Amino acid sequence: MSCACDTRFDELTDYIKENLNSEHPQSSLIAVLHYAQESFGYLNKDIMEHIAQVSEVPAAEIYGVATFYGYFKHTPQGKHRISVCMGTACYIRGAAKLLEMIEDDLDVKVGGTTEDMQFTLDETRCVGACGLAPVLTVDERVYARVEPEQIKEILDEYRASAE
Amino acid sequence: MPENQITLTIDGHQLTVPEGTTIMQAAERLAIRIPRLCYHPRLHLEGSCRVCLVEVDGMRNPVASCSYPASEGMVVRTNTPDIRELRRTIVELLLDNHPEDCQTCERDGNCELQYLAYSSGVRVRHYEGEKKHYESDLSSTSVIREPDKCILCGRCVRMCAEVQGVSALGYINRGFKTVVAPAYNAPFSESVCVACGQCINVCPVAAFLEKDYTSDVMEALADPDKHVIVQIAPSVRASIGEGFNMASGIPMTGQTVAALRRLGFDEVFDTQMGADVTIMEESTEFARRLASGGPLPLITSCSSAWMKFAEHFYPELLPNISSAKSPMSMLGSLIKTYYAERTGIPAEKIFNVAGMCCTAKKFEAAREEQKIEVASGAMVPSIDRVITTRELVWMIKNASLDFAALPPEEFDPVLGISTGAGAIFGATGGLAESVYRTAYWMLTGETLADIVVEDVRSVAQGIKRWSVKIGGQMIHMGVAHGLGNAHQLLRMVTSGEEEFHFIEIMGCPGGCIGGGGQPYARAGEGIPLDVENLRKRAEALRKIDASKTLRRSYENPDVTRVYKEYLGEPLSEKAHKLLHTSYVPRLPRGVWNPDVMRAD
Repeated sequence: MSCACDTRFDELTDYIKENLNSEHPQSSLIAVLHYAQESFGYLNKDIMEHIAQVSEVPAAEIYGVATFYGYFKHTPQGKHRISVCMGTACYIRGAAKLLEMIEDDLDVKVGGTTEDMQFTLDETRCVGACGLAPVLTVDERVYARVEPEQIKEILDEYRASAE
Repeated sequence: MPENQITLTIDGHQLTVPEGTTIMQAAERLAIRIPRLCYHPRLHLEGSCRVCLVEVDGMRNPVASCSYPASEGMVVRTNTPDIRELRRTIVELLLDNHPEDCQTCERDGNCELQYLAYSSGVRVRHYEGEKKHYESDLSSTSVIREPDKCILCGRCVRMCAEVQGVSALGYINRGFKTVVAPAYNAPFSESVCVACGQCINVCPVAAFLEKDYTSDVMEALADPDKHVIVQIAPSVRASIGEGFNMASGIPMTGQTVAALRRLGFDEVFDTQMGADVTIMEESTEFARRLASGGPLPLITSCSSAWMKFAEHFYPELLPNISSAKSPMSMLGSLIKTYYAERTGIPAEKIFNVAGMCCTAKKFEAAREEQKIEVASGAMVPSIDRVITTRELVWMIKNASLDFAALPPEEFDPVLGISTGAGAIFGATGGLAESVYRTAYWMLTGETLADIVVEDVRSVAQGIKRWSVKIGGQMIHMGVAHGLGNAHQLLRMVTSGEEEFHFIEIMGCPGGCIGGGGQPYARAGEGIPLDVENLRKRAEALRKIDASKTLRRSYENPDVTRVYKEYLGEPLSEKAHKLLHTSYVPRLPRGVWNPDVMRAD
């Protein structure tokens, strides 16, 4: 939430102002949204309204961009982001089954975040590692040729780190 | 400087056009109106609907004629079997994600999509796919949004950003899930929407509509315990004929009064009378501010969309804005006090209806600050329901009246007389002109002879300036219509670039005559907010002015009587209580992006 104690809003303001002074300020909106998501973890109304007021771009335009790209999140995200590749190769090699198992294990649907805020589950289209299909990633780490029985093990690894 | 000329051939006809002309514009010169949906001459090109595709020799694929520039030697075909089939398929695909509810839709009979389905020859339907489903947004007192009907042409989004400078609307999400809505998908009532209703005017379908109050009005009319009074704005008489397929530009005052009486209203009063009172109050305010040194410029407050806009976008200018209520609310206040006390009818029994060219007036009527204290001591709204010109047209049709054939009738006495100054109020520049006529008299004690101010009358020019000497002092006036133009004029004021003594702002293009509640353009023929049509409507009001013996508000005997018997003088304590109001900054704070503006 926006409050005087949250210095992230001041930093966001500085970042926007820097961009406003750049050569093509009108094309900096996506960069600003990236920065904000990096800083806050997601984009809520308060954050987007702050961007609108400081950058003098109407909120309707900002919200349009922020909802056009799947990359931008509008709800708080879990500590770890699990992405299951649903590209053709991974799909053929059983990615759907993996996804279903993760959904059951975490009790969360694709796009959702677990109640304890540990995991956000996403599906993705091709991570460019078709030779390793099926592939899933947790944060920056890639898991290749994943077998269904590995799922619990992988998740437990992150659960353990949370404790 | 001579422009480069281009010669091309369209459907076998050769013609020469200036470089930069699009194929669509060139075809119009040959009386070929290529079908279009997302195209609007006032807005930036979008090229998204693909309805205007044509064949061009040497091009592999058809091109969108709205955005493709004509070039030398180009050979265009707009009407081939392939093009006809393509067009029909595109319209069919649009229909596939559109409710099949024409018979229960308000725009049945005057919908651009319906017209295209007819003209492109959709007689059978080949596809049945998924249809989108969204909740209707009924949160605003003025404008409702029906996303299920939206065909995503984007005219509303561009109108709101480019012409009005409001940007209340945007596209949310992507692909099939795209929906046009306010930021954060918030309800209209929580957005920067200023209720001007221009999205309704440019929407080709019924994705935006005014909030309909006709059933409330008809219920009141049927209630024997209610004394139902109606007033109509100047611009209603200037355009209502269009709703009955009559030529525009002909004032229909007498027929409108006759129709209202037949609908069962107990009294038919004239908002123009209220306008005369507004001019008295505002001219006095202006004269006092001139004498006391400010705050200047005095900015007008009659346009309800402009007032909501000012609260969102220019809270720092609120002290400059006149405290005078709009003509509608002034007359409404006088009806529930002066008229009620004079006739002995309790204000609580009076149901005040206003027939307006405007959707924002619905919002104004619902404002808490507009309430007045009546004889019983109760605080009541001065206006109970506002209906637009379109709603009034429907009520007249619903009552099976042959509008054009109605013998003209006169307004009711007491609050029915108006001057020509009250009439021209409805067109851009009219308020400035009317205030000039009265302020001149107030400041110099002399009657102004040359009362027409041509310099402020253009409906094509978005910002107008005029300077005149009154009693030895040079007065600079600024006039803007359409809120995008208001932005531009006001930025010059806030930056100190230009100095004005008086600024008139009307929220809609052309002034009230271009209001969000005015009759739709004819689907397939007309252009919403066509400048030529606006000019004709303005002309109708100026004809009324020219035909009147009384053309200065202070000459109005009803006005004189109301002040003598009831209010005392302009800006008296009583006048303040009944005829003035206040404004407060409103959230969300509006943000303007001047880069998207369309120049006039």
